[in-house]
This record gives sequence, structure tokens and C-alpha cells, in this order.
Amino acid sequence: MIVVEDLHKHFGGFHAVDGASLEIAKGSITGLIGPNGAGKTTLFNVIAGNLPATAGRVLMNGEEITGLTPHELFHKGLLRTFQIAHEFSSMTCRENLMMVPAGQSGETLWNTWFGRKRIADEERALRAKADEVLEFLTIEHLADHKAGQVSGGQKKLLELGRTMMVDAQIVFLDEVGAGVNRTLLNTIGDAIVWLNKERGYTFCMIEHDMDFIGRLCDPVIVMAEGKVLAEGAASEIMQNEAVIEAYLGRGLKNKVKAEADA
Amino acid sequence: MDLLNALVAFLNFVFVPGVAYGSQLALGALGVTLIYGILRFSNFAHGDTMAFGAMATILMTWWLQSLGVSLGPLPTALLALPVGIAATALLVLGTDRLVYRFYREQKAAPVILVIVSMGVMFMMNGLVRFIIGVDDQRFADGARFIITAREFKEMTGLREGLAIKSTAVLTVVVAIIVVIALFWFLNKTRTGKSMRAFSDNEDLALLSGISPERVVAITWIIVAALATIAGVLYGLDKSFKPFTYFQLLLPIFAAAIVGGLGNPLGAIAGGFIVAFSEVTITYAWKKVAGYVLPSWEPDGLVQLLSTDYKFAVSFAILIVVLLFRPTGLFRGKAV
Repeated sequence: MIVVEDLHKHFGGFHAVDGASLEIAKGSITGLIGPNGAGKTTLFNVIAGNLPATAGRVLMNGEEITGLTPHELFHKGLLRTFQIAHEFSSMTCRENLMMVPAGQSGETLWNTWFGRKRIADEERALRAKADEVLEFLTIEHLADHKAGQVSGGQKKLLELGRTMMVDAQIVFLDEVGAGVNRTLLNTIGDAIVWLNKERGYTFCMIEHDMDFIGRLCDPVIVMAEGKVLAEGAASEIMQNEAVIEAYLGRGLKNKVKAEADA
Repeated sequence: MDLLNALVAFLNFVFVPGVAYGSQLALGALGVTLIYGILRFSNFAHGDTMAFGAMATILMTWWLQSLGVSLGPLPTALLALPVGIAATALLVLGTDRLVYRFYREQKAAPVILVIVSMGVMFMMNGLVRFIIGVDDQRFADGARFIITAREFKEMTGLREGLAIKSTAVLTVVVAIIVVIALFWFLNKTRTGKSMRAFSDNEDLALLSGISPERVVAITWIIVAALATIAGVLYGLDKSFKPFTYFQLLLPIFAAAIVGGLGNPLGAIAGGFIVAFSEVTITYAWKKVAGYVLPSWEPDGLVQLLSTDYKFAVSFAILIVVLLFRPTGLFRGKAV
């Protein structure tokens, strides 16, 4: 689905992504882990068109998408969420969701004045869809609240909801579980699995919570210092010497060992 | 009776001019605030965009007048307005394509765009003077007054007259219509919502598939319309002289900042605050004071500031706002 070939992103002398190559299989929920500063978010930013690549290519379904802008990628079905949830703070949660599907008739100045009927029909359908999504995410009671005022975890749900408003092909989730309590995390996890199974979304997610990763992701890709360090099933990765060295740390290694010995 | 005279003098010299001037500033400040909210820079060329729009409208008006077209009591300029707006929209879209887009792609800092807009300002400034000249131009026609001072005196028997210029009423009526249309557009239409979304969170707007170039183009078209309307109304009410539009930049920015940059409601409130401050501070209150306290009529003019210094009022308001409430009255973006 997504192939990244020898991607580089340099900020001056600092090589945030330094020759990363990886593949995300269609229909998978791929986890992306690595220590802070490994270049995960930068990699996301480059793939999603928020930053230009220094070198290398990104392919989507065999077609090169390097250097496309975020809104062009959106139309190809590539979506992302942010590490710190973004929202249109002055609009209600429902309006936030209704903003998403692009290419609505109301987007041209001409239709704004002369295509009222068509726009009204579209808005009605969108509104119903937005309410459906809010209900699915168990935040229907927030529909008329300003998005800027809901809690951090609820904003994360709203971000996930945004990807449900269109038929996305692949969604990049940047620490969707960070700063979210257990119950909400389970809701998010269930939603991800449901979207993956029922709607055929491919996911690639950056996560630090190993339990969450273990439950959802297969395979898991490990990044360190801008490169891909290892790839494999979550259980394998947690045993991998190099990964433990770079990311999980000695403390955990001893724990894993103790568990393995027991 | 004296109190009534005082009231009429106040209405005639302070209130009516203040409302008309306030409407003109509000329309100008709306344009500045929209650019700030969506393109994220302070557009110094706005005053001269107004001048260009007014100029294009004037040229069209003259042509219509030469053909003998007229709107009866209304100024012919209203007929020419759509042409002026179209010409201005083409100019700003062209400028955006040639100049601003380059810096947008570089992701230039806002301060660079401000300086760039100053360059654009001088270019437009020169263009307008080159085409229509630096002198005063008259293009108002139709009825001059809705009620003249003399008619008012005869009607009411008061010593003070109340003159209401038709252009003042026209200014207020047009401003109200434009503001209602703009707010309807921003709050109710999909395009307007995309603009608000873009202003609120650019990254997210892009990720929601909103095309930045389309939002930017629509913003420029709306700004061109606002600037042209404001410029023409100001020209009808006072007179058209390229340099006055350059000077208007300061009160317009003061209005936008007082209300909170990026906040359309604030721009309107700011426009009236600046206009009324300017008019009340530079008005000679001698006459009004004389009516209210006849036994104690002052010898001086009771004028706080000579009209020559009226721009100092905008400066003072700006400094006070920036010191004590940098986000403006309506919580716009901090400057």
C-alpha cells in the first residue's frame, strides 16, 4: 500500500530521517515505535505532505506521492491525525466533522448563491453522517459543544471521527493514545479495529504504550536515529536485542527475561 | 429649547459624521482582519487597494455619466460598483499570483509578508496616481442632501440645523447590507466555513482536504469587494484623492486591532470606536456647551485637539490597546 524508499529529511546538519525504508501492507495495522527523537513524527510529516523530503520516494499503490500537498493526499485517501489533537476550536464538534468531506457543492462562490437546494440536501446527509460517527465514538452528547472546550481525550476521538467521515484508504495516527485514560483508550482501540475490519482502513500508528501496540498492531516497525531498526510481530519485537537496546531499555529487558525464564 | 438645540448640534456635527465615518472604517477594517485571519499578515496595501477600487469605479462612473446614464437621486457610482469590484479583484488576484504566492510557498514569516505588502502598497499607490492623477476628483451625483440645515430649521423652528447628506445615509445602509451578507457567508455557507476553518487551524484544514489556494483566492475576492465598497463610500462622502486612502490605513489598522485582529465583529466595533473617538476629540464643543450652560458660555473653542492632529487619536488608541489588551476587545489574535 505505502512504500517508503530510502527517505531522508534533514534540518540543516540534523538528519531527522536518515534513509528510512519501509512498507505498510494493505489492510494491516502497522505500529511504529522508537525512542523520542527517532524521527517517527518527521517521517509522518514527510509522508503526509506537511514537510518536503530531502531525498527518497514515497509510493502509494505503486504511484509516487512524494511532495504532494496534504489536501491532494486527502483526495487520494491518505489521512493523518496529530500528536497534539487539532480541532477547529470555534466550531461545534458536529461542524468539525461536517467540514471534512471535500468537494462539496457549497465550495464554489457560484453555488453558494445559486445552488442552495443542492447544498441543503448535501448538508442534511452530512449532518446525519456526522451524528452517526459521534454516536459510534460515544460522544454524541458533545455534538453541539465547541470543539475547543472538550477534553483532550475527546479531541482525540474527534480526530479519529474525522477520518470516518470519508472513505479513507490509509490513516496515519500520531500517538492517538497519548494522554488518554484507559476507558477512552479502549474505545479508541475498538474503533480502530472496527474501522480496519469493517471499512478496510489500513492504519499506521505511532505509539508508546506497548500493551496497546501488542493488542492492535501487526507488524511493528521500530525506528531509531532516523532509520528502520527492526520489523516483525509485536511479541518478536519485544524480544529483539537491538530493539531493547535502543528503545525498551535495560529495565524492561530484565523484566522480559525474567518472564521468559519463569 | 436650548437643550434641543444642543442635541441637534451634537447630532449634526458629531453623531452623523461619526456614524458615516465609522461605517467606512468598519468596512476597511473587515478587509484587513480577513487577510490577517486567513493569510496571516497585516496587509499594508489595503488603503491603496481601496484607492484602486474607488478609482476603477470612478472611471466607470464617468463613462456612464458621459452616456447620460443616471440612477436619479442615487449616485451613478452604485451602478459602476460591480465593475470596480471586478477590476480590483483581478488586481489583487494577480498580485497574489505574482507576489504573495511566492512567499507563501517559501513559508515566509509574517513580518516578511508585511514588508512585502508595503512594497505592493507603493506599487498600487503609484499605479493609481499614474492613471487618475494626484488631485481631488469629484464623481458624486444625484441628490446631495436628504435634508438640508435650512429645511430642518424651517421645519422645526430650532436655531440649529441638522443636515443629513444622502451619501452618509447611503454609506450606513450599504455598510449594514454588506456586513449582514458577510456574516451570513462566513457562518452559514460551506465556503465561509472553510475560510473560518482555515483561519482557525491551517494544518487541520489542509488535512480535511480544503484547498488552500481556493480559500486564499476567495478571500482576496471578498477583500477586493470590501475594499472597493469602502473606498467608493468614502470617496462619495468626502472626495476622492489617492493620498487620503494612504492616510486611512492608520485608523483602519487601529480599528482592526482595537476589535481584535482576525475577528470580523471586532473590526466593526473597532471602526466605530475609532471614528467616534476621532470626531468627539477634534470637534469644537463651544456651541453645544453654550446651549447647555448659556450663562457660562466658554470663550475658547473647547476643542481637545485640532483636526490637523486627528491621526494622533488613532495612535493613542492603538498604544492603549496594545499595552493593556493586546488581543483587542473581542479576543482576536495577539499582535
